[in-house]
Amino acid sequence: MSRKGFAYLCLTAVAFFSAFPLYYSIVVASRHNSALAEVPPPLLPGGNFFENVSRVFDTVPFWLALANSVIVAGGIALSVMFLSTLAGFAFAKLRFRGRNAMLLITVGTMMVPAQLGIIPLYMLMVKIEWTGSLYALIVPSLVNAFGVFFMTQFLSRALPTELLEAGRVDGATTWGLFWHVVIPTARPAAAVLGMLTFMTAWNDYFWPLVVLTPENPTVQVALSTLASGYTNDYVLGLAGTAVGTLPLVLIFTLLGKQIIGGIMQGAVKG
Amino acid sequence: MTTRAPEVMRAVKSEPGRHRPKGRLSHSLDMKASPYAYVAPFFLLFCAFGLFPLIYTAWVSLHEWTLTSDEHTFIGLDNFSTLFGDDYFWNATFNTLSIGIISTVPQLVLAIWLAHLLNRPLKAQTFFRITMLVPNVTSVVAVVVIFSQLFGRDYGVINWVIGLVGVEPIAWHEGTASSHVAISVMIMWRWTGYNALIFLAAMQAVPKELYEAATIDGASSFKQLRKITIPMIKPTIIFVVIVSTIGAMQIMAEPLLFGQTSGGGVASGGPDRQFQTLSLYVYEVGFTSFDFGYASAASWVMFLFVLIAAGINYLLTRRMGGALK
Repeated sequence: MSRKGFAYLCLTAVAFFSAFPLYYSIVVASRHNSALAEVPPPLLPGGNFFENVSRVFDTVPFWLALANSVIVAGGIALSVMFLSTLAGFAFAKLRFRGRNAMLLITVGTMMVPAQLGIIPLYMLMVKIEWTGSLYALIVPSLVNAFGVFFMTQFLSRALPTELLEAGRVDGATTWGLFWHVVIPTARPAAAVLGMLTFMTAWNDYFWPLVVLTPENPTVQVALSTLASGYTNDYVLGLAGTAVGTLPLVLIFTLLGKQIIGGIMQGAVKG
Repeated sequence: MTTRAPEVMRAVKSEPGRHRPKGRLSHSLDMKASPYAYVAPFFLLFCAFGLFPLIYTAWVSLHEWTLTSDEHTFIGLDNFSTLFGDDYFWNATFNTLSIGIISTVPQLVLAIWLAHLLNRPLKAQTFFRITMLVPNVTSVVAVVVIFSQLFGRDYGVINWVIGLVGVEPIAWHEGTASSHVAISVMIMWRWTGYNALIFLAAMQAVPKELYEAATIDGASSFKQLRKITIPMIKPTIIFVVIVSTIGAMQIMAEPLLFGQTSGGGVASGGPDRQFQTLSLYVYEVGFTSFDFGYASAASWVMFLFVLIAAGINYLLTRRMGGALK
């Protein structure tokens, strides 16, 4: 077999293994539990999908979970886009004492395993009475090191210094430059960052599980309630999974090209 | 040196005839303070929600500190000495290392190989890249729910497939080895494609002439991967190995959910703690027993383990690359 043919064969196999579990979750989510006991197991979708989904909405507060997740992931994404562009602008194009050291520290914080501080963080949330509230999810995530670094990388490449100097000569303040020159330039990269951030926030599980209650959940917390409370009801768990995650996977496959470009660009930091 | 530029700009700016002239003072304030104001949100948030909790963990770990009691007795290093005699803790350490190795080593080898396959002119590049990354945008909860079904003992597809070649059904979540394999498969499924794309990004920066010369010399594709690609992308390999190590040492959602979907219900990581990881142990102590002091001590020791593991792997990866050259 030719070298290329071999590559196609392997990559197709990988594509199959990547897609099959998701496909199979639809198969299960669209059938009755009784169908799962068949041998061989069902490999094609059935006709009970919407019935199962409505059971999901009856079992956990799923509308509330969806609304919460949209607010949390959307709010975090917008804020990360804005604050990362702001900081990225400063690191990429402004001169100030300690700039390199501060950028180094920013990148270094990415290596800090955040989970280790989770107990005091929870105690802090108890103290300021944010447990059970969406603030506990949004505020700590308003900006992150990855976003700052990502926008710094992009702006130092894409933003012409002459354009900023010309603006200065015209008497623009730093804020004016940010608003009229930086933001229009940053838009494509910020959009990619926004999508990545939205997906990460939507999929976040551990911290919401710790700090929220099952009565006011995000989608992921609601899904885990479904999956752990009804362990023999695979259909229910997978129907919830289908509604809670597949829309995002679909959006991703549509916008995938841009998002992948963003991930690969961010990766070249080495 | 860095202070020179604003002065030049100020000189330019104070020329007469420019519109919206501002006071020298407010302008120099703008030039001096704005950069700090723009990077401040990140540093403030990091100090409040990243650094402070990490340091406070150390303080809490020196106390008998629970959610219910307002009294926090200082007990020095007692939590740590209890921890080192705690069989559950060492069990969790073993499980973390075992799952970490089973999930990470094959994953990174596979990712480099996949990136190597993609690093050539192929049709449908975008299609392959997107399908490869789809698992990564699937939430960890969804991954475990889906795979718990696939790994089901009685009706799972995986047992059905291995049954076709005559293997007896496996109760995946019951055994130590089998549950570690099942959890590692979930982790690998979610992260292999992502890491392959990171490697691919690095491979595309390798000068094409190197490959052309090697092809003329008759070097096979695999030999080119070993002799050219891997040495050239070593910095990225080191980076990915360290990030993966830090991630692997903190695995927690997969075993937590795997235990719950198989009917465990609690954070013990299976009835015999056969797949309880360190993070999960911290979670169990901290958020089901609400023993914050003890959980903080475990957190700090875990932090130490993360540093040791990352350091060892850094040295190993460096040497591996060096040996190939």
